[in-house]
Amino acid sequence: MKKSSTPVQEPPATAASRRPTPPPAWQPRTAAAPLLPDTEPYRVLGTPAAAAADPALLLRLYGELVRGRRFNAQATALTKQGRLAVYPSSTGQEACEIAAAQVLREQDWLFPSYRDSLAAVARGLDPVEVLSLLRGDRHTGYDPYEHRVAPLSTPLATQLPHAVGLAHAARLKGDDVVALALVGDGGTSEGDFHEAMNFAAVWQAPVVFLVQNNGFAISVPLAKQTAAPSLAHKAVGYGMPGRLVDGNDVLAVHTVLGEAVERARRGGGPTLVEAVTYRMEAHTNADDATRYRDDSEVAAWRAHDPVRLLERELRERGVLDDEGAGKAAQAADEMAAGLRERMNADPVLDPMDLFAHVYAEQTSQLREQAEMLRAELDAAGEPR
Amino acid sequence: MTTAAVKPALKPATMAQALQRALRDAMADDPSVHVLGEDVGTLGGVFRITDGLAAEFGDDRCTDTPLAEAGILGTAVGMAMYGLRPVVEMQFDAFAYPSFEQLISHVAKMRNRTRGAMPLPITVRVPYGGGIGGVEHHSDSSEAYYMATPGLHVVTPATVDDAYGLLRAAIASDDPVVFLEPKRLYWSKASWSPDAPSAVEPIGRAVVRRPGSSATLITYGPSVPVCLEAAEAARAEGWDLEVVDLRSLVPFDDETVAESVRRTGRAVVVHESNGFGGPGGEIAARVTERCFHHLEAPVLRVAGFDIPYPPPMLEKHHLPGVDRVLDAVARLQWEADS
Repeated sequence: MKKSSTPVQEPPATAASRRPTPPPAWQPRTAAAPLLPDTEPYRVLGTPAAAAADPALLLRLYGELVRGRRFNAQATALTKQGRLAVYPSSTGQEACEIAAAQVLREQDWLFPSYRDSLAAVARGLDPVEVLSLLRGDRHTGYDPYEHRVAPLSTPLATQLPHAVGLAHAARLKGDDVVALALVGDGGTSEGDFHEAMNFAAVWQAPVVFLVQNNGFAISVPLAKQTAAPSLAHKAVGYGMPGRLVDGNDVLAVHTVLGEAVERARRGGGPTLVEAVTYRMEAHTNADDATRYRDDSEVAAWRAHDPVRLLERELRERGVLDDEGAGKAAQAADEMAAGLRERMNADPVLDPMDLFAHVYAEQTSQLREQAEMLRAELDAAGEPR
Repeated sequence: MTTAAVKPALKPATMAQALQRALRDAMADDPSVHVLGEDVGTLGGVFRITDGLAAEFGDDRCTDTPLAEAGILGTAVGMAMYGLRPVVEMQFDAFAYPSFEQLISHVAKMRNRTRGAMPLPITVRVPYGGGIGGVEHHSDSSEAYYMATPGLHVVTPATVDDAYGLLRAAIASDDPVVFLEPKRLYWSKASWSPDAPSAVEPIGRAVVRRPGSSATLITYGPSVPVCLEAAEAARAEGWDLEVVDLRSLVPFDDETVAESVRRTGRAVVVHESNGFGGPGGEIAARVTERCFHHLEAPVLRVAGFDIPYPPPMLEKHHLPGVDRVLDAVARLQWEADS
């Protein structure tokens, strides 16, 4: 049986404010420092602990996972039809994406990276609006305030300090808001990852960092990315708990993230969660994964697929039968059909929008340039 | 006797004091204004611009952050997303560079990326420029980097009054403003009344600091006093120089600049930043495009050399001074007049 979900030891509350002790007062230390994260990923599905889970929650997660898998497949298909410029698929990582969206309350915020379209959709956003970035008609197709989802962030880890700042601001205002930020294994090497973790811990900001360790930063494997025992270990240096979880076990991710979110909500400060998962497809449709990994590795992970893990659990417990699975698949197909149909319509764009939102008030330089473009459009007979 | 109290007393004040007062008043007027940076709390900033703010408004409003410029600006982005109005202090020009990814990829673009839904009213204060004997990495003129980034406003005061008025305007702006403080003018003085501070200036308007008819000196920030001194000295040569203080590099006040140059027919752009790729090239091009038929001579530039900022014992040779400005004025093809 895997390790229980007991939280790791809390950092000492006074650490942030303690001044250096003058040398004469130093006491020799004999006990090893605590605060180390789990050594094995936390896992529930397929273990006796799963019996305690609420069947309704499991069925809801199953429906979301099936829809998520179908969403990934449909978006990838749209790249082949030229309807999306690019799609970084989260196939294989759906458990992380869905759990991240599910553990948040309405007032909470999600800070996704470019691979997290699915998490944004699962949070309630219109899939067409989410895919706008990857279709190429708008940088952000949705209003971030509508469902409290920050724009999908392409520069790696740069969204993490935003999550910290927003959570900090909410706490200063006395609002009950938690921010959950997503980042990949490659992103943990960025300076912004370090700075965000450090600020979050110093400020005790109500923020949760979820690292989806999918094994590769495009082609570079984790071994070339870090020498740390695990990415969760990085939490130790910042004075926050680090949790290691099986990223393909949706119940485990949901549990660990849920605990971290509640801990943040109670004023307990930030948590770093590393979810070990696998990117089943290439980095994007423009990538060739066969250049850097073997099919046998992919096949091994296919046997640990997040959708199948949950389905097996549900069927063994008699919570799901063929009819239930068929219904979930049908709902996912309907979602995909609707998405396909809407994405097949060409977006209607106004070229004059180029100048619309650079500044609150257009500068005289932009007014001149807008006039130039307007004249070009008029000359070309484009409708106003 | 009777109305002596009506007019507030004017006292000598430094630019540093006016900036401090602007921050203080902005924080008092608007609880969403938060100051954050390195050493801005207990110490009051290495230039004391945030002096007393933590004591008056508390650590949550004036916050000593960890020493990490990307983190400071990155968390300010998140705070602005949540409706706060962060004023970030970068300790020195060259120490702001780690924050550039946040500035360029997020601060400058967020309004545009979200089609106006998520404006970021962040003010980034940057002490900049040389002339104070600073060692390496403490004297850069970094304005060209900021100017080259659409989505940012770039503002720099040259007087005590403007230091107050422009900083208030920057903080009130719904767009991100890079507020460049000429550190060698921090201790420049003017008569000023902290009880009735100067007006909040609109961002984007240049001002004629000294009217003249022979030629226009186009300048900003630390080079404004240099140009005013040069204009005084030029009188002995028979030149009546106009000095335009840009105050705002973005937006750029084409109207005021072109109006002046059309009138004088000659122009020199003066700044500390290196000439190649510096603001002067853009300004000279804009002036030429708008004033070509009024120009009696090519638009000249007086700028710092195209070198990394020199050691303090050599900086006097690098910085554009009065003589170099006058030499440029002398090269404005006056012989054609005679």
